[in-house]
Amino acid sequence: MYQFTGKLKIFALALMVVGLLGTVYNFMSAPSTLEEAKEILAKQEAAHHGGHGAANAHGDDTHHSADVQSESHKEEKKSEEHVGAAAADHKDAASSEHKEADHKSEAHTEKVDSTHHESADAVHETKEETHKETAHAEAPVAHHDNAHGEDHGDHHAEHAFHQMQNRPWSAFYVAMLFSLGVSLLVLAFYAAQRIAHAGWSVVLFRVMEAISNNIHYVSIFMIIFIILTVMHQNHLFPWMADGVFDTQSPNYDPIVDKKHWWMNVPGWAIRSIVYLTGWNVFRFILRRKSIQQDNGDLKLHKNLYNISVGFVVFFMVSESMASWDWIMGIDPHWFSTLFGWYVLATFLVSALTVVAIVTIYLRSKGALPFVNDSHIHDLAKFMFGFSVFWTYLWFAQFMLIWYADMPEETTYYAQRFNEYKLPFLGMVVLNFAFPVLLLINSDFKSIPWLVILGGVAILVGHYVDLFVMIMPGTVGGQWGFGIGEISAILFFIGLFIFATFSAVSKAAVLPKGNPFLHESETHHYYVIEHRGEDNSHH
Amino acid sequence: MSTSKVIHALYNDDDILMDAVKKVKADHHHIEEVFTPFPVHGLDKAMGLAPTRLAITAFFYGITGTAVAVWLTWYTMIADWPQDIGGKPSFSWAENMPAFVPILFELTVFFAAHLMVITFYMRSKLWPFKQAENPDPRTTDDHFLMEVAVHDNEDELKALLASTGAVEINVVEKH
Repeated sequence: MYQFTGKLKIFALALMVVGLLGTVYNFMSAPSTLEEAKEILAKQEAAHHGGHGAANAHGDDTHHSADVQSESHKEEKKSEEHVGAAAADHKDAASSEHKEADHKSEAHTEKVDSTHHESADAVHETKEETHKETAHAEAPVAHHDNAHGEDHGDHHAEHAFHQMQNRPWSAFYVAMLFSLGVSLLVLAFYAAQRIAHAGWSVVLFRVMEAISNNIHYVSIFMIIFIILTVMHQNHLFPWMADGVFDTQSPNYDPIVDKKHWWMNVPGWAIRSIVYLTGWNVFRFILRRKSIQQDNGDLKLHKNLYNISVGFVVFFMVSESMASWDWIMGIDPHWFSTLFGWYVLATFLVSALTVVAIVTIYLRSKGALPFVNDSHIHDLAKFMFGFSVFWTYLWFAQFMLIWYADMPEETTYYAQRFNEYKLPFLGMVVLNFAFPVLLLINSDFKSIPWLVILGGVAILVGHYVDLFVMIMPGTVGGQWGFGIGEISAILFFIGLFIFATFSAVSKAAVLPKGNPFLHESETHHYYVIEHRGEDNSHH
Repeated sequence: MSTSKVIHALYNDDDILMDAVKKVKADHHHIEEVFTPFPVHGLDKAMGLAPTRLAITAFFYGITGTAVAVWLTWYTMIADWPQDIGGKPSFSWAENMPAFVPILFELTVFFAAHLMVITFYMRSKLWPFKQAENPDPRTTDDHFLMEVAVHDNEDELKALLASTGAVEINVVEKH
């Protein structure tokens, strides 16, 4: 029986406390009024344009008037803030934006010598036209089109203000969803192992069950989040904003209105609760019956098989729908058919990585004496295989949209490519190139520290993946990686450690009633070196 | 050409064969060859054979395939005749890269697979019309055969092999 040591417990609690404090701080420091947001914007401008002097006024103006896309230029090209340079920058933008961006720059260049106000107005007019042309198909942020009647500077500030207000929510949401998704996929993998009558993985069953305990804990936070969202405490989902479905409102969005049958607050909330309830109930039953099975009852084994089949069917449908509701719903103008699979792949490879890391940790503590190098090797094979699978889906989704280049789909990637270039491209290195090149070697797959090295890259990479799915639609150009994001990650890591290891300590780590146990204990893969084990053993 | 004697010990079970191989190795006799009708897991380890490097060659063949595909797509689509085909950006290879990935992937797999197979044939000296080398036709059906070289220790070896459960022991002159 594994003992959840006081040291680890304190470590987990410390992570949670630090994470919670950081999150609270992050919420406190987010601007609560438009004026505060303007101050922050002014500071950002000053930081980016320091030293340019009077000539900057126009440069700043360009950025204020051009919308989200030019925000990225501001981030990337801090030193080149002249109007000409900005115009050149626009030409670098993805082809779908060419027309629009050039349009604006031209309008601006014509007015270079006039006053700020005129210049801003001119650009503003051009922008309105472009908006009509593209029929809302660009940046998928609801607040975007609200304030056309108002002065332009205010419009931009208000837009940025909403994004800043979203940031602490998004930071917490990304970490929460990642933690929930990974734990859920561990349970799905566990159920799949039962359905497949897998012989190798039986000794890891209790580890997987323990990790899936995290579902219960994260679900509590998820439910609180759902309630707060329904109460309009945050603006993460633009289709939940006031007036989106009201033809009389300046917020009216005909595209989202057509999706009203699916995208409505009661439906969303009910579906969310159904997914969470279903997953929690299945986890609870599977765990309880699995512990009962220690008495060796074969009827229970069959029963667990049937429940697993039921869970996997429910899971495949609910996971797909949850990914529409919780992730794709953030960009309500955009849609992709393989999105559910893509989200599944992200969480599945992370889940296997987490199983491998927890197993290696527990084995190093001597809690899993029956886990040998072959088991680690198999887990690493899954990490490798599903990394490729994730890349396949990521690329399939990207390439089909890039190739056809239909404006309503392409904006999704144009925004990510322009504003989130480093995380967007960096995650392909972390999720594909690095783990695949590292784990392609058969011997490396059973060397614990190499598996952990690859695993950390995979986990960081898939966090970034979810970050890039959520952030562009909620915080847009105001994104960053700071105290809020780190705190949320720390909090959920602490929660994960607490949930997992308290569950490991509550039941025998060897499921001794399982009829495949012996096969699993003697699992042996001949081709690899078994360090510290008898190689001739078979 | 000098002739030398070898002992052919025949077994009818792969578990007995494995134990026999370990015993003969433990007694420091050199096993020339083992003939089996199907792969026996762990036999190469028991015989002390060096691990295969075929996977390493495949990796490099794969990289070669990628390089060929990069060159092919770059030369034909970008360098030689950069046409505007349906608005695809043919200004540089990187800009049009997503369209080339299916080719990169397929040629990588093609090179890795085919060149590895050809390497396997060459290294294991397999080709059509090659003279079969099995010393006893039963080894392709239900018998296992261990071949051990004799160095003036015929009786001792025979006794050892008999003790490992061999169903038949033949001393053969080999050219």
